[in-house]
Amino acid sequence: MNHNILTTHVDTSSETGLRTEEMLLNVGPQHPSTHGVFRLVVKIDGETIKEAIPVMGYLHRGTEKLAENLTYTQIIPYTDRMDYVSAMTNNYVLCHAVETMMGLEIPERAQFLRLIAMELNRVASHLVWWGTFLLDIGAMGPFLYAFRDRETILDLFNELCGARMTFNYMRVGGVKWDAPPGWIDKAKEFVQYMKKELNNYHQLVTGNEIFINRLIGIGKFDTKTALDYSLSGVMLRSTGVKWDLRKDEPYCIYDRFEFDVPTATEGDCMARYHLRMAEIEQSLRILEQALEQFPSEGEVMGKVPRVIRPPAGETYVRIESPRGEIGCYIASQGKDKPWRLKFRRPSFTNLQILPKLLQGENLSNMVAILGSIDIVLGEVDC
Amino acid sequence: MSDEKRKPTPEEKAAAAAEARAKAEALRKLREQEAQASQEASQVEPSQEPQEEVSAPAAKPVSEMTPEEKAAAKKAAAAEAIAKAKAAKEAKEAAEAETPVAEQQSEAVATPAKPVSEMTPEEKAAAKKAAAAEALAKAKAAKEAKEAAETGADTVDSAPDADAKAKAAAAAKAKAAAAAAAKAKAAREAGGDESGDDDAKAKAAAAAKAKAAAAAAAKAKTAQATGDEAPAEEAPKAPSKNQPYLDKYVSRISEAFGQEVIEASYINELGKEVPTLTIQNERWYQVAQYLRDDEQLSFEYLSDLHGVDYEDRLEVYYHFYSYKNRQSLAVKVKTSREESKVASVMDLWHGANWNERETFDLLGIHFPGHKDLRRILLPDDWVGYPLRKDYVQYDEEV
Repeated sequence: MNHNILTTHVDTSSETGLRTEEMLLNVGPQHPSTHGVFRLVVKIDGETIKEAIPVMGYLHRGTEKLAENLTYTQIIPYTDRMDYVSAMTNNYVLCHAVETMMGLEIPERAQFLRLIAMELNRVASHLVWWGTFLLDIGAMGPFLYAFRDRETILDLFNELCGARMTFNYMRVGGVKWDAPPGWIDKAKEFVQYMKKELNNYHQLVTGNEIFINRLIGIGKFDTKTALDYSLSGVMLRSTGVKWDLRKDEPYCIYDRFEFDVPTATEGDCMARYHLRMAEIEQSLRILEQALEQFPSEGEVMGKVPRVIRPPAGETYVRIESPRGEIGCYIASQGKDKPWRLKFRRPSFTNLQILPKLLQGENLSNMVAILGSIDIVLGEVDC
Repeated sequence: MSDEKRKPTPEEKAAAAAEARAKAEALRKLREQEAQASQEASQVEPSQEPQEEVSAPAAKPVSEMTPEEKAAAKKAAAAEAIAKAKAAKEAKEAAEAETPVAEQQSEAVATPAKPVSEMTPEEKAAAKKAAAAEALAKAKAAKEAKEAAETGADTVDSAPDADAKAKAAAAAKAKAAAAAAAKAKAAREAGGDESGDDDAKAKAAAAAKAKAAAAAAAKAKTAQATGDEAPAEEAPKAPSKNQPYLDKYVSRISEAFGQEVIEASYINELGKEVPTLTIQNERWYQVAQYLRDDEQLSFEYLSDLHGVDYEDRLEVYYHFYSYKNRQSLAVKVKTSREESKVASVMDLWHGANWNERETFDLLGIHFPGHKDLRRILLPDDWVGYPLRKDYVQYDEEV
């Protein structure tokens, strides 16, 4: 967090004879469009961005350090606070890493509950993105619709595990709570409702000319750049790479369901908008099948030793979060606490390309580009 | 409030931090010692069986002892208890005492050979040779045991079992030695009446010691053997589906740079069978470039980069993916804790930029070649690297 990174430069000999001046504009950390406590120091010349320097760490809590003194079960609630918009995926990646090391079998019913929770969370996460992204670029209405429908999902989660956002739902070996009676039917109802509602969303926004003009061709990059910058998720798929860990390195029980991996080739903000909307559709498709095939009975916790001690060694697993590839690395010394725990956070990695995208861009496009990356600051700072 | 008052200079901070660290280090060592002592104490118990073998025959006659002898035995027990407390110290001495034990033994072996004074010179020479060979073998065994114990200590992370076994063996040895010493001492003290027995007892003690040493040696040997067996056990398992890929990477890299750049290569059984390579630190940048650019490797995607502090070294872990070949690869590069340096790969994979900064920020690993290596999550004036195991938080109030 260096405060003297930039020096201003005054140009008095411009061709027009007008005195122009480069100036520093501070955006955030308390700015609504930064989706949290992200700070950008932007050097602008008129309306054009010359340089953008991201400053972060305002939400750094040292999760990885804290985890070294916690047992694996105790770490799970900390993962909720990383990507707090889709905490189920974070829960899962930690449990999945430990289970991979210990070679545990997860009961069928728990697998279904995990998958349903993750996909519902993906829809909720994309709804938050949809609402706030449109809010950023000047549309107030969609935000209200998105949060109204997301509330239904949060209510479902509340019934499932007693929390709306910080779930602490999954455990090594299964899930903490079974679905209460009638929950599956409620979830089915929501899926049907959401499918219809999605059409309304499109009618409300997608065809809007102002909206289209604000996004087309903005924040563009190609596949090579995307790979070079380690981008993942929608950021990568918007450049034409058909890559989804749910499909290509299947985990949980994703290989049992039919769904498509939507891709685009434009690599701009518009492509990313369409992809996220298409992903909601695909998630609903997975949910429909999973809820239909949900086993009528069974255990929700596998046979797990009382004290969880993964064997000495290391593991790195990665799964598809709504924001991209979330990874979890564990170095174990055979104890009940990790020697080193590291999360590969998609928000952090995807954000790296922002200074490159902003260079030479018009200032008003800044929020559109930042919004299209879809970051969660809890995850960036970890 | 003036600035100076509020904030000490970086030098002061660093000094304070160093002091705090030193204190923490001392504390840690103390704790470690305690832990070790308690660990050894607990490890002595399971290893009692061989010890009992040694002491049981010696203890049996006790029931037929005179009251004085019994008192002596009691004293011996007390001495043993004291000796147990000193187990850690004695373990060392026992290790050192091993060689004399072997010598003693060779003498003992030689003694019965001596009475055969009517042997022909040739026979004598042969017997001598045999005795010498035996002594040599014993000395070798003792040395091997020592080495086994040492290698056990070295391979802490790779073979914790072997290490534990070696430790247990060492503890057993120490205990046996201590018991023998205590007995000898007790015998000497009680020697007033039974001075005649004294020698015999000392001999018995020596014999017991030798036996214990031999047992320990054998145990350590088995420990070593199991240590060796561990990888051998894995071999018969069906080779991983990724084995051919690992072989390909190893052969490609060693063709281009020579065998010595690959310090280790294995399939990570715990991590979804990902081929894992440990690359020589000095050549890392060239190898990294090759990993990205070579037609058959083409790892164009860096999934993750981070560091780990293993207390005796730092390691940087890379996870690559090749979208072209649909294959993963994990690479580890080691560096020292004091002068940590791992070549930056930022200009090969731009995604390494912030990850390297984060690793520098939290672990203090330097990445020469990085264009903008400064803290990213913590404030610029933060003191120390939190993810290091010996990190102590600097507190301005103190």
